[in-house]
Amino acid sequence: MNAFVTEKTLPPSDANEGTERELLLRVDNVSLSFGGVKAITDISFDIQKGEIRAIIGPNGAGKTSMLNVINGFYHPQEGTITWQGQVRRKMKPYEAASQGIARTFQNVALFKGMTTLDNIMSGRSLRMHRNFFWQLLWRGPAEREEIEHRRKVEDIIDFLEIQAIRKTPVGRLPYGLQKRVELGRALAMEPDLLLLDEPMAGMNLEEKEDMSRFIIDVNQEFGTTIALIEHDMGVVMDLSDRVVVLDYGKKIADGPPEEVQASQAVIDAYLGVSH
Amino acid sequence: MFYREAGQFKTSYKADQALFPILQDRVGLAVILITAFAVIPALANDFFLTSIMIPFLVFSLAAIGLNILTGFCGQLSLGTGAFMGVGAYAAYKLTSIFPDANVIVMVLLSGVFSAAIGAIFGLPSLRIKGLYLAVTTLAAQFFLEWCFIRIPWLYNYNASGAIEVPHREVFGIVATGAEATPLARYFIVLGITVLITFLMANVLRGRIGRSWMMIRDMDIAAELMGIRPLQTKLMAFAVSSYICGVAGAMMVFFWLNAAEPSSYSIRLSFQVLFMVILGGLGSLGGAFMGAAFIWILPVVLKFVPGLLGFDLAAETVEHATFMIIGALIIFFLIVEPHGFARLWQIAKQKLRVWPFPY
Repeated sequence: MNAFVTEKTLPPSDANEGTERELLLRVDNVSLSFGGVKAITDISFDIQKGEIRAIIGPNGAGKTSMLNVINGFYHPQEGTITWQGQVRRKMKPYEAASQGIARTFQNVALFKGMTTLDNIMSGRSLRMHRNFFWQLLWRGPAEREEIEHRRKVEDIIDFLEIQAIRKTPVGRLPYGLQKRVELGRALAMEPDLLLLDEPMAGMNLEEKEDMSRFIIDVNQEFGTTIALIEHDMGVVMDLSDRVVVLDYGKKIADGPPEEVQASQAVIDAYLGVSH
Repeated sequence: MFYREAGQFKTSYKADQALFPILQDRVGLAVILITAFAVIPALANDFFLTSIMIPFLVFSLAAIGLNILTGFCGQLSLGTGAFMGVGAYAAYKLTSIFPDANVIVMVLLSGVFSAAIGAIFGLPSLRIKGLYLAVTTLAAQFFLEWCFIRIPWLYNYNASGAIEVPHREVFGIVATGAEATPLARYFIVLGITVLITFLMANVLRGRIGRSWMMIRDMDIAAELMGIRPLQTKLMAFAVSSYICGVAGAMMVFFWLNAAEPSSYSIRLSFQVLFMVILGGLGSLGGAFMGAAFIWILPVVLKFVPGLLGFDLAAETVEHATFMIIGALIIFFLIVEPHGFARLWQIAKQKLRVWPFPY
């Protein structure tokens, strides 16, 4: 269904170059409405393993709703979602999380009362299993588990270069760092699919450059598949392997950045067109 | 100058994750524990133990219980008094049914019953939050109080409608009943309080404590990270009610000797809630400070006029105490809305750089 997707759109950095990439997620004819308001109408697209997939569109196009559908927060009235080859039933957000979907939020949704370290540790929750009684004791298994996960978290802290704010409550951090901690928290889940909702909103140029570098590093070093929503077209065109464009809940273009940029429908949606 | 962590390096995550990573804190804790376990028993008279220390510890434990629910998991509750009552009545029934069993074990077991009841009344928390949840816990308060009055089986069909603590011995020492010495009671209450506080500190720094705080700070994000909201909230309700139940059982078994349904009224709920708010939401130390402020200060204040040589009528002193405490609560909440725990943290922060803050 993706007319634009061809072999040449695959990034050259890919390890299994030349072979057809596996689909991680496929969305088929999904429609979502709230009462009479149609947020998403009959959208189909897919996300391949290992790529950076951008979802763009003007305000109110249904981008965030799409992410909410993917991680189980909204349930579409029509259409199917295929996750790693299996059609997904209606599920709760925590089930999506346990299947390997992590996300960050448009407006930072960190745990304000907790430190940076605890926030990122919270991303490990699903991988920690010691029960209440071991936790009561702490000594022994619970402590070992905590330290084992602390190591992983410290790797992420190193990677994001936020060692200095490890023990600072995140409520006191500047916005750019909060966004970074939020990325760290999502990374701590070691997700198969990372959804980033406007990771660069409200950032200055330098912060945007840092964040772009982190996103590329995450994609290339950890091989994490990323789907991101972003309004900064420069960033989108540079980062993403493929772009899907939404407008008024409908898909108007899908393909590699150059093709999307050239598409008349996209230009009309962004610049407006006289009817 | 005295409180400085410079030079205290941690070489392992284990050391960094210790409950008290700073040496001065460990020394401070040791001093407090030695005072509690050795100095106070050696020096204090019976009045000090029965009127100040035992209630203070009981309230501290109750405040810790409520703090877990409200301070750490963000679920406002006004049913504390009733959950304490469930613990008290459960302990009473348990020790009536098994008179030969160790009464301390019975007190610790009684919390299980209030945990179950607490979890049931925690069910609405999946759908409602904040003040609305407080109203449903208020329903728990009134319903359970009704049960304490209307179900005579709970108080063994006593004519008085009250529960009276029977005489029980633990390892040959009288632990409960009128003959129990204040010292024995004090040690039992202190032991249970310290033990539960320590265990809770462990839970709160691990996965489960974090999951509670995740729900408190941003429940949607918590859910998207794989936290099951209902399970997590119900667990907080259960653990909180367990601790409140044990505190309630200790209240009647080791402090009051007898209790009526009205002992566990909404007044008690509010008293514990004030302790938690004043001490600091989300802090174990704050629970102790809040309990000290609300319970110990009024008792101490009553003696101040006498010591200063004023001869005032008892009621005047009583009213003056109320006014002073009320004014102090307002004062402290304006100075620091996050309670004594935060004040203490700020003080530590200042001490760290004292006397050269720049």
